[in-house]
Amino acid sequence: MLTIANKTFQSRLFTGTGKFPNYTSMQEAINISESELVTVALRRVDIKGKSDDMLAHLSHPRINLLPNTSGVRTAKEAVFAAKLAAEALETNWVKLEIHPDPKYLLPDPIETLKATEELAKQGFIVLPYIHADPVLCKRLEECGAAAVMPLGSPIGSNNGLKTIDFLRIIIEQSNIPVVVDAGLGVPSHAAAAMEIGADAVLVNTAIAVAQDPVRMARAFRMAVQAGREAYECGPAAASTQAHSSSPLTEFLSL
Amino acid sequence: MIAFKDILDQYQPEEILHKIKSITSRDVEQALASPNRSIWDFLALISPAAAPYLEEMAVKSRSLSLQRFGNNMQLFAPLYLSNECQNICTYCGFSLDNKVRRKTLSDAEILKEVEVLKSMGFDHVLLVTGEANKTVGLAYLKNAIKLIKPHFANVSMEVQPLDQEEYEALIPEGLHSVLVYQETYHRDTYKIHHPKGKKSNFDYRLETPDRLGKAGIHKVGLGALIGLEDWRVDSFFTALHLQYLEKKYWKTKYAISFPRLRPFSGGQEPKVVMTDRELVQLICAYRLLDPDVELSLSTRETEHFRNHVLKLGITSMSAGSKTNPGGYAVEPQSLEQFEISDERSPEAIASLLVKNGYQPVWKDWDQALQYAE
Repeated sequence: MLTIANKTFQSRLFTGTGKFPNYTSMQEAINISESELVTVALRRVDIKGKSDDMLAHLSHPRINLLPNTSGVRTAKEAVFAAKLAAEALETNWVKLEIHPDPKYLLPDPIETLKATEELAKQGFIVLPYIHADPVLCKRLEECGAAAVMPLGSPIGSNNGLKTIDFLRIIIEQSNIPVVVDAGLGVPSHAAAAMEIGADAVLVNTAIAVAQDPVRMARAFRMAVQAGREAYECGPAAASTQAHSSSPLTEFLSL
Repeated sequence: MIAFKDILDQYQPEEILHKIKSITSRDVEQALASPNRSIWDFLALISPAAAPYLEEMAVKSRSLSLQRFGNNMQLFAPLYLSNECQNICTYCGFSLDNKVRRKTLSDAEILKEVEVLKSMGFDHVLLVTGEANKTVGLAYLKNAIKLIKPHFANVSMEVQPLDQEEYEALIPEGLHSVLVYQETYHRDTYKIHHPKGKKSNFDYRLETPDRLGKAGIHKVGLGALIGLEDWRVDSFFTALHLQYLEKKYWKTKYAISFPRLRPFSGGQEPKVVMTDRELVQLICAYRLLDPDVELSLSTRETEHFRNHVLKLGITSMSAGSKTNPGGYAVEPQSLEQFEISDERSPEAIASLLVKNGYQPVWKDWDQALQYAE
């Protein structure tokens, strides 16, 4: 079972709420995915209004909301937005997204580190979205991040695990859960992330933009389960050479 | 880094026209196949040689847009605050020499208009004025934004170009985006259509996005008014401008509009007419050049056109627009800037989107995200 901060999760598939054709398909997709942690952009939620239509569709005992700060460009803005989200959505969990570059939405490591430190001090459960940078992950761990969320490739790109070599290092070194976020375009990408030992993945675009988001959500659920199970089984090492069934050095013990 | 003015001056419009004529289907095919399209690929895609490839362009454009923006369409409404204007622009209903009654909304009137827009469901608003510094200068705009900010998640502005310090004063008040269309990138043609007023200064207008970028604005809208010049040449320069800005002000988001000249009382006839087919070609070409740029479609276009083109790369639409100050509530009969074509209500547009598998997005920003101490 996966534990982040004080919470345990049955499902290792986290999902998002953007880009769906409508809230009904979003709701059905998230339900069938069995996801227990669902990220919601503060920018899309009507926090002033009494009832937000999107949130109404996410009201399910299994679902925990993970507000994200998408849109902010600095640590200061992120801290302010996180506090507001906490108040509006009644959670101290936050997915820190600080991407000052609106084109590729790549995260700013410096501002992210600063904001993580500040928010962790204030008692937030901080899950920062970052580049697959192993040193940054260690620094975030030291300043109180509850998990790290390195990217596989840019948000929405569906390009898969372009950063796999660095993800392996991050997973090897991390004392906190590693959630591979962004760029997972097809279920096999998610399975691959789980096979190398990621604790969870976050998938949004690939599900929301699929022709059938609900079936795609189920496909991702199965892929994440398969990838995790394979990881736990300790897969046989891949090799390009054939293994001799009678070892070459066997004669020594004769 | 080199200024855009110097980049622009490296190209002669006639030279670009000549280049467009020499483009072959081979160039178009190469542009379509390229994984990373250049400004020259864009030129090939808007050329007459690309016309037979329109369906292929549309398929690619739709898929890129879906991937980047999802099944979402941002909705917004313009809020005209004033039709006072000291400029003479040959194509605009607010032009100084157009003898009409002028109107600038008071605080109470602005709030009346706001109430109507809110009841329609809008959370993103675009403030529009003419250029009249004594009546609608910085002080007026600052006050208007202060007044409006509590009611909208996102406030944009399409007014006269301002100085960097003026933008710096408005952004902390809640200004998110600024639209400033060059109208035409052809200096001589620009002079003909803007004979009098501050707007006649081509370079000051051209450098407005730079001042906005330096001021740290979140989004800048660009565009040429289609009909003043050869649309292909002007669109080429718009794309060139976009590429320059994206590299230089990398924290700013960009949007492009492609307004076609609309009739108004006593106005200019377009010099060049752009067909629907050509506008679709242009929209797709922008998307193929830049998967991330926002593409906006106004109510200038017809119902039929908007019904279909919304799936081909557009990311934001206005709906139920009034282009006259007080048009929603205060003074519905005052003079409009141009005639709108698609008069359907925001509710009707929202259900059109739903029918097409799109989620109408009323809110995609929060004032909290641009918190300033």
